Amino acid sequence: MLLIDCPWCGPRDDEEFHYGGEAHVLRPRDAGALSDEAFADYLFMQQNPKGPHLERWSHSHGCRRWFNMLRNTATNEILEIYPMGEKPKTEAGQAAYAENWRRESPAEKNALSGGEA
Amino acid sequence: MNAPVNSGGNSGMRGLRGGKQRYSILSLARNALSHHENWQRAWRSPEPKPAYDVVIVGAGGHGLATAYYLASRHGIRNIAVIDKGWLGGGNTGRNTTIIRSNYLWDESAAIYEHSMKLWEGLSQELNFNTMFSQRGVLTLAHSEHERREMTRRVEAIRLNGIDSDVLNPAQIKQIVPIIDTDPRLRYPVMGGFIQRRGGTARHDAVAWGYARAADDMGVDIIQNCAVTGFLIDNGVVKGVETEKGAIRAGKVACVVAGHAGVVADMAGFRLPITSRPLQALVSEPIKPILDVVIMSNAVHMYVSQSDKGEMVLGAGADSYNGYTQRGSLTVPEGMLAAAVELFPVFSRLQMLRSWGGIVDTCPDASPVISKTPVSNLYFNCGWGTGGFKATPGSGHVFADLIARDAPNKIAVPFTLDRFSGGYLIDEHGAAGVAH
Ligand SMILES: Cc1cc2nc3c(=O)[nH]c(=O)nc-3n(C[C@H](O)[C@H](O)[C@H](O)COP(=O)(O)OP(=O)(O)OC[C@H]3O[C@@H](n4cnc5c(N)ncnc54)[C@H](O)[C@@H]3O)c2cc1C
Ligand SMILES: [Zn+2]
Repeated sequence: MLLIDCPWCGPRDDEEFHYGGEAHVLRPRDAGALSDEAFADYLFMQQNPKGPHLERWSHSHGCRRWFNMLRNTATNEILEIYPMGEKPKTEAGQAAYAENWRRESPAEKNALSGGEA
Repeated sequence: MNAPVNSGGNSGMRGLRGGKQRYSILSLARNALSHHENWQRAWRSPEPKPAYDVVIVGAGGHGLATAYYLASRHGIRNIAVIDKGWLGGGNTGRNTTIIRSNYLWDESAAIYEHSMKLWEGLSQELNFNTMFSQRGVLTLAHSEHERREMTRRVEAIRLNGIDSDVLNPAQIKQIVPIIDTDPRLRYPVMGGFIQRRGGTARHDAVAWGYARAADDMGVDIIQNCAVTGFLIDNGVVKGVETEKGAIRAGKVACVVAGHAGVVADMAGFRLPITSRPLQALVSEPIKPILDVVIMSNAVHMYVSQSDKGEMVLGAGADSYNGYTQRGSLTVPEGMLAAAVELFPVFSRLQMLRSWGGIVDTCPDASPVISKTPVSNLYFNCGWGTGGFKATPGSGHVFADLIARDAPNKIAVPFTLDRFSGGYLIDEHGAAGVAH
């Protein structure tokens, strides 16, 4: 059970929140240009670390806003909460962001280039 | 003794082949004379050898069954099974032991029914009482939609030759007198279906039985020895790094359930798996009041009564990833509310223990039994919330994959490339919540 510090409502029980999975997953703009393997990576291969994990949450039974969170999945310690659209600021968060294989993936390159992979 | 159908031949090779004492009524009587102080050890605790033909990572039921079938069906006996904890201490020893084969799709029906047939002869085969009890598994429907969907599922299951019968509320009340079938309940019992060959088994006994029989054929079971990395040379696995040093191996097979992603990461590839805590509880023991397994997907509740008299109750999984082996309190709370509504007699039951296990769920709620991008390295995982029932079948087909380096007919749909190929086996209806 988590006590999540909603940026707008303050600390609330995790029952009020909805888990939105891995954060910073960009949808490819031109999915047809990706190979089946690259698209399967984008769609099915989620980060599943035992340690710091960047994830999205929504305060669905409260203010209904979305935010990002860095949580250690081995201890449930919440290490950082930051707004949607921004990158993590803590060292652990930046490392988790940079070490994610998605940064080098065809799907993310496709998403950022606005076109072909 | 009935030889299990489809067990891959060699049905003459049964039971203990090494020097182990057999368990029987006579050995029980003999040992009673010496106050049960002279029973032979069920397995050894050897130090690892420098090299093996096959190293299996994970001494849960699936890993131990894999070793047993490699040794008994394929004659490969120079095997080590390595676990970071004690054997059977993972999900094998934490699950609610529901066994059934009533899945929707042909691919699932094939593997779960293969497993069911092996269960039916398992205690005799292993010379170990797994307490397999075919008491029936009854799944409830709480809405018109669920009832219709269930009827469709039953027809599909029967087409695969697997027993299943639709029941109406009056028939359910007859089988389960303590259930409340009042139509005014928030989630009324509107019907259900039963697999009479389904049931339960004693989880520890399954791990112990396979461990003892595998050890008897020379398999080394090495406990308290975490695997920390792989020896990989030019894309071919050559062994594992462990807390007790490097161990070389011709082939390496990983069956680590919730830690599949962590271990795949050590080998440098990805799996489509998320790990989450799934919880269960047992009550104080009471007199026999329930002689079938009851499951309800809609209210996330399933219950059976153990032979000791405890009510064994399973709850759902946490929504978020985690490795803490204990989940959120709200999950069992919601399940107990549903249980008390359906079984008012539970309202004064005291719960004795609750716990969690880390389950490895796949996007299509079906397992992965597969070769990997690394040659001679195999993975068996993704059983998620419902792999105990598959223990014998999973071990049997995985052993075959390892021995032949190719999946057999039952295993072939479950390879990793189904995710890029698009041939998913969506079992959320049958496996999504309960077991
Ligand atoms: C609460 C709960 C209820 C369940 N109920 C049911 C049910 O009713 N019916 C059903 O069919 N299924 C059920 N399941 C699912 C079932 O328990 C599992 O699918 C099944 O037991 C998995 O078996 P396994 O042998 O693959 O994994 P495990 O028994 O978890 O074994 C994996 C082993 O790998 C070891 N390991 C991990 N990492 C390493 C490493 N780095 N080095 C060495 N060893 C390592 C672990 O210590 C562990 O012993 C339930 C699960 C839970 C948690
Ligand atoms: Zn809020």
